[in-house]
Amino acid sequence: MTRFEGTKDYVATDDLRVAVNAALVLQRPLLVKGEPGTGKTVLAQEVAKALGKPLLSWHIKSTTKAQQGLYEYDAVSRLRDSQLGDPRVSDIRNYIRKGKLWEAFAADSAPVLLIDEVDKADIEFPNDLLLELDRMEFFVYETGETVKARQRPVVIITSNNEKELPDAFLRRCFFHYIRFPDAETMQKIVDVHFPDLKQELLREALTLFYEVRETPGLKKKPSTSELLDWIKLLLVEDMTPETLRQRDPKKLIPPLHGALLKNEQDVHLFERLAFLARRQGG
Amino acid sequence: MFPTFFYELRKAGVPVSLKEYLALMEAMQAGVAGFQVEDFYYLSRAILVKDERNLDKFDRVFGHVFKGLEGCAATTLEELYAQIPADWLKKLAEKLLTEEEKAQIEALGGWEKLMETLAQRLAEQKERHQGGSKWVGTAGTSPFGAYGYNPEGVRIGQDGSRNRRAVKVWDKREFRNLDDQVELGTRNIKVALRRLRKFARTGAAEILDLPDTITSTARNAGYLDIKMVPERHNAVKVLLFLDVGGSMDDHIRLCEELFSAARTEFKHLEYFYFHNCVYEGVWKDNRRRHAEKTSVWDVIHTYGPDYKLVFVGDAAMSPYEIVQPGGSVEHWNEEAGIVWLERLLAHYKHAIWLNPTQERFWGYTQSIQMLRQAMGGRMYPLTLEGLDAGMRELGH
Repeated sequence: MTRFEGTKDYVATDDLRVAVNAALVLQRPLLVKGEPGTGKTVLAQEVAKALGKPLLSWHIKSTTKAQQGLYEYDAVSRLRDSQLGDPRVSDIRNYIRKGKLWEAFAADSAPVLLIDEVDKADIEFPNDLLLELDRMEFFVYETGETVKARQRPVVIITSNNEKELPDAFLRRCFFHYIRFPDAETMQKIVDVHFPDLKQELLREALTLFYEVRETPGLKKKPSTSELLDWIKLLLVEDMTPETLRQRDPKKLIPPLHGALLKNEQDVHLFERLAFLARRQGG
Repeated sequence: MFPTFFYELRKAGVPVSLKEYLALMEAMQAGVAGFQVEDFYYLSRAILVKDERNLDKFDRVFGHVFKGLEGCAATTLEELYAQIPADWLKKLAEKLLTEEEKAQIEALGGWEKLMETLAQRLAEQKERHQGGSKWVGTAGTSPFGAYGYNPEGVRIGQDGSRNRRAVKVWDKREFRNLDDQVELGTRNIKVALRRLRKFARTGAAEILDLPDTITSTARNAGYLDIKMVPERHNAVKVLLFLDVGGSMDDHIRLCEELFSAARTEFKHLEYFYFHNCVYEGVWKDNRRRHAEKTSVWDVIHTYGPDYKLVFVGDAAMSPYEIVQPGGSVEHWNEEAGIVWLERLLAHYKHAIWLNPTQERFWGYTQSIQMLRQAMGGRMYPLTLEGLDAGMRELGH
């Protein structure tokens, strides 16, 4: 089996690489957690790209039921068709709609299945998928057939920690917590995304970024994806490293801070700090 | 293969089961980890740990199990090394060194001398980095003596071999701040709160009502007449009063968890804050607590008696704050806290008090006893069991 070594667009740290490979070799689902914006969803796309497998994404919402991932039986349209004498009615299979899991099980070559933000769903959702993820098969009551995976798909599950997941579910997964990248890794990540960024600008931007992150009391710390957006903006606005380096107390709020600070209270916090700094200065 | 590791993890409170242990064996057999110790560390971490809160515990256990040091209380690299006896190091070095190297050591003034030099150098280095002095005291059993087998062993500080780097990975303990022995996870709270649920149908019609559809279709001479009903929703209404500030600071995390769990679990949840004891005013925004107060009368008039009232507070205060007009620590209250509490209790038949302090300490605080009495004994500890009992009481 091919191994995952990161791709040219995605910097995978050693621990992430080992976790992904373990999940690949032992064919267990991999649960990925971490701060929002550290590349959990992107990971699945990159794994699919690196292994040359198709990607199936199942995005979970608060109303998603586990059954929807397997299949849905559209009883209402069947009833309607029977009223109209449609010949399709005699075959119940015409009214069974396949879910993402079924699609993944039936695929010719094992795909990468991303179950995105599993914590958004109802608290019992993961429990309802235990058997399906473990044995990679399920039973269709309407037709009496058992759907079995032709090849076990690579399952990647992401969670934002809004709800805790049940133990029985966790026991079946491998787990990786994407830590916030250190400055060195971060530089690599930025290099991958903006290959011809001026080193000086990058250094200033990173310093400023880590300063913002370390401000105590921030509700939502800016993360990798916010940093990338911010750098994109800096490039568009053609900022110079000098502007970033300015430590003028009046401009304590970083330029184009909208990309970094997403919370009104955090912006207020910065404004208050700027105000205090100004008062001390004057 | 690593039964000690497995049991040590369990002892440290990392919930690992046989299933995970076997998975690790399987992965080892499949050769996922190769022969590098970091890879083994990453692999066992991915398989055995399922929650970032346990990562730190895992790092600690990994550190001490794979050092062969049983149950040492060391928390840093230095302390760990410091526990290796010097004699042991010496023996090891003698075993590993060639005659030539031994001669070189002799040239440096013998083993003792070498160790001394090492200790000195390390002390210098230490001072430059941290200015620690305690550490030098233990340096007689020099940690970095382990590297003495290298005649150039004085380079210790800059040693960058793979192994040493690997040691750092878990000894860095990067996940320390994620470890927080919460007794009650949000999930547990939710499961307990579910006891309170009462279902009713509200909202848009979206699910099929089978009995009604059958009846209507029959009545419609066999032509299909589909009837829909709204989905069932939890209709229980909860009024949450949270104590903030002062002695409650220790319990903020627990309360936040309770609050976030309660918030998604109930359709009608109203919350207010108070400090120590309820008086005539409560507030919704802590930053504007003095400017934007809601009168308790308004609360009583707005939210009907079908609401269930839940107080969360440690009830630790001076007894005057409960019984004496003007007893509040924050403002002048015309009427005593107990009067307001009784008003609320008279209006809301279903009420409980959740107390984050451990139950065994309740007897020692007079105000807790008083409030417990005022609540008619309906005070429960903020633990899973207490929450469960409290919810059962509210459900009556």
